[in-house]
Amino acid sequence: MFFTTPSKLRAHGMLGMNRRNVAYISRYNNRRFYPLVDNKLKTKLVAEKARAATPRLLAVVEQQHQVNRLQQVLELYSEFVIKPAQGSQGKGILVITGRDGDHYLKPSGERVSPAEISRHASNILSGLYSLGGKPDVAMVESLVHFDHVFDEFSHEGVPDIRVIIFKGFPVMAMMRCSTKASDGKANLHQGAVGVGIDLASGKALHAVQHDRPVSHHPDTGAHFATLQVPHWDRILPLAASSYEMTGLGYIGADIVLDVHQGPMILELNARPGLAVQIANGTGLLPRLRAIEALSHPDMEVAERVTWAVEQFGERPAG
Amino acid sequence: MNARAQVYLLAMICIVIGLGLTIYKRIELGFPLLPGEQRPVWTVEAKVTFDAEDKPVKVSLALPNTGPGDIILSQDFTSPGYGFGWDGQGAERRAEWARREASGPQSIFYRLQLFHAAKNPAPPTSEAPEPPTAPEMDASTRTAINAVIDLVKERSSDNKTFTNELVRLINNPGSGMNLSSLLNAPHDSTIDKKVYLMLRVLATAGVPSRIVRGIKLEDGRRRVPLSELVEIHDGKHWVLFNPTTGETGHPENFLLWQRGGVSLLDVEGGSNSRVTFSIIENIRPAKAIAIAQGREQQATLVDFSIYSLPIEIQNTFKHILLVPIGALVVVLLRILVGIKTSGTFMPILIALALIQTTLFTGLAIFLIIVSIGLWIRSYLSNLNLLLVARISAVVIVVILLMAAMSILSNKLGLTQALTVTFFPMIILAWTIERMSILWEEDGPKEVVMQGGGSLLVAVIAYLAMTNRLVEHLTFNFPELLLVLLGIILLVGQYTGYRLSELRRFQPMVEGR
Repeated sequence: MFFTTPSKLRAHGMLGMNRRNVAYISRYNNRRFYPLVDNKLKTKLVAEKARAATPRLLAVVEQQHQVNRLQQVLELYSEFVIKPAQGSQGKGILVITGRDGDHYLKPSGERVSPAEISRHASNILSGLYSLGGKPDVAMVESLVHFDHVFDEFSHEGVPDIRVIIFKGFPVMAMMRCSTKASDGKANLHQGAVGVGIDLASGKALHAVQHDRPVSHHPDTGAHFATLQVPHWDRILPLAASSYEMTGLGYIGADIVLDVHQGPMILELNARPGLAVQIANGTGLLPRLRAIEALSHPDMEVAERVTWAVEQFGERPAG
Repeated sequence: MNARAQVYLLAMICIVIGLGLTIYKRIELGFPLLPGEQRPVWTVEAKVTFDAEDKPVKVSLALPNTGPGDIILSQDFTSPGYGFGWDGQGAERRAEWARREASGPQSIFYRLQLFHAAKNPAPPTSEAPEPPTAPEMDASTRTAINAVIDLVKERSSDNKTFTNELVRLINNPGSGMNLSSLLNAPHDSTIDKKVYLMLRVLATAGVPSRIVRGIKLEDGRRRVPLSELVEIHDGKHWVLFNPTTGETGHPENFLLWQRGGVSLLDVEGGSNSRVTFSIIENIRPAKAIAIAQGREQQATLVDFSIYSLPIEIQNTFKHILLVPIGALVVVLLRILVGIKTSGTFMPILIALALIQTTLFTGLAIFLIIVSIGLWIRSYLSNLNLLLVARISAVVIVVILLMAAMSILSNKLGLTQALTVTFFPMIILAWTIERMSILWEEDGPKEVVMQGGGSLLVAVIAYLAMTNRLVEHLTFNFPELLLVLLGIILLVGQYTGYRLSELRRFQPMVEGR
């Protein structure tokens, strides 16, 4: 059968796009708070204020004349990332991992001149990478040193963990692993692998590519069953704290793992997609409803995480 | 009241009002629900002929006594050499022609275009008039008539059955009574002898009665005289009787011309006057009749409607009113089916362009412009331009492409491609820009998916918008927009699965 039936989807508690839009996003996400997540600079500022771990903000370039002073600031660092505050899908991100005299080095080893850095910053300011060409702000962030535990589960790109947070409770999590097919991007509809992660243990549950189950990473051959996200106990509280930070009821928190500093919030998303259900092989609705049915939802972050792990975590067999 | 209940209430109100107005317009104003619905329109021509006697001539003709179902679409009184005037007193209207001097045979025409409702309304109840006074007549006639009355009375119980019996008797003179002398007695030459006798008997018997003249509407009839019917009052309403068959009630397709004994035609200064009628049936669009009817009755819905606008503006509205249909198609395909389109309403704009260019020409033009545009845009993206400048550049490129296509096709004699200008160029430029960004960010596959989705939706919207019935309904029943609004409000509340999700989630719920 090419199509399934609505009743089967309902039985699995699958959240559909229409219900997501009507019953969750428009009901629990106040539009007033959207800029907090749509603008990465604002996200970072609220995250820093809340003492949530996030890549450190080294410099902000808001106006053209500041571009010239940027060099003096960057003198201090040998590795950093320049990105637009309102860019989407990784556009306009320049990663510098080292120096070679006056020049900077990209991860690929390519040399970048200071003039090119300046030009990149002014391109960001003029809105080259922002949606609709709005004038933007360039941010300089400290470089994330991705944890090597994921090396065998990723092709070139950046693996990240997406946690769905509903009213501050972690609901479901997945890891997005880039592949050759996705061109190193962690974008599921381009062919990245989505791996459902057990909320209790941080272990892989189930993996899909192009919405079909897979067991091994298509490029590295690594078996997903062996995937265990380190520092799992720190990831969920970090993600859950984004509720207090943003005031948004239904969000997706994108978490990356830094070798030295552990989990960090990289981005927040007020309209997280539905692929997390496929990666986990289960629907979101029963979990969302369980939280909606709570009589005392006003809990501290730690209590919420404990409750969610108890409710939604897999129990080891036997 | 929560938002959901409000939406339901609002949607219901919209749908009820929209449907209510539509039904009202259909039933009360006679607007056709189907396009191309035809109604018969009768052209009745009265021809007055007489011989003028070298004196001033004055002709007065009674005009038809149209009922509630009749709509006069046009009247024509012109007769060469004659002046024309009205002589109207209440319901009784007369046309008057006059001429200083005329000689020889004369013809005067009165032409009438009329829509005659198929059903004749039941006669309204009315107070019984004063009983008539018995007409004067000589003793032998009186005796004969009294004998008839006695006989008929014996076989009847009220005015209606009395008349019925009288008709039967007059038409079957063999039944014992010697009616032939009565029928052949001298009588008013303008009235049929049976009718004349009936009126006399009814008046003598004290039954309120009057003569009714009218014409049976039949296609292609020429030189017919008016038929004469007798109308009696049964105490509640006036009832028409056919003096030959005894049938009661308003005959079908019968145009009532004149009620009462007033003369049909008066001619001063002429002799041998006669009036005859010719009838032609034409078929006319029902809509034109409904609009004329609405104007006649000053129905607010017609008075304050699109029909009151100049034709040019009406034509614009014809297209504008189709946009909501396109919007409905987009809403349904996106919310219920889940087809990805680039830009929410781009498919409608493409569909509007397709209406002008025809489907296949339009699709070909669209694909050519977008492909070339994407190719040029990919070069522009290497130049690192700011968005506004880039889009403007694409707009100019699109215009150049349109011009080139028009000129080239004109040289080649392909006139159809000249319709390229109907494509909204800013929209095309935006489409190219979005597709190009999509290409860079998500790859060509996504471009084909979204571009194909947009085109598919546009084609479905085009098919819906060019459907004759849809076109007819949106233009003639703009209140149906409220129904559409109600439906869209309801669909906006739909939280169920999209068809595409039944596919997308299928391996997850069934595959393992």
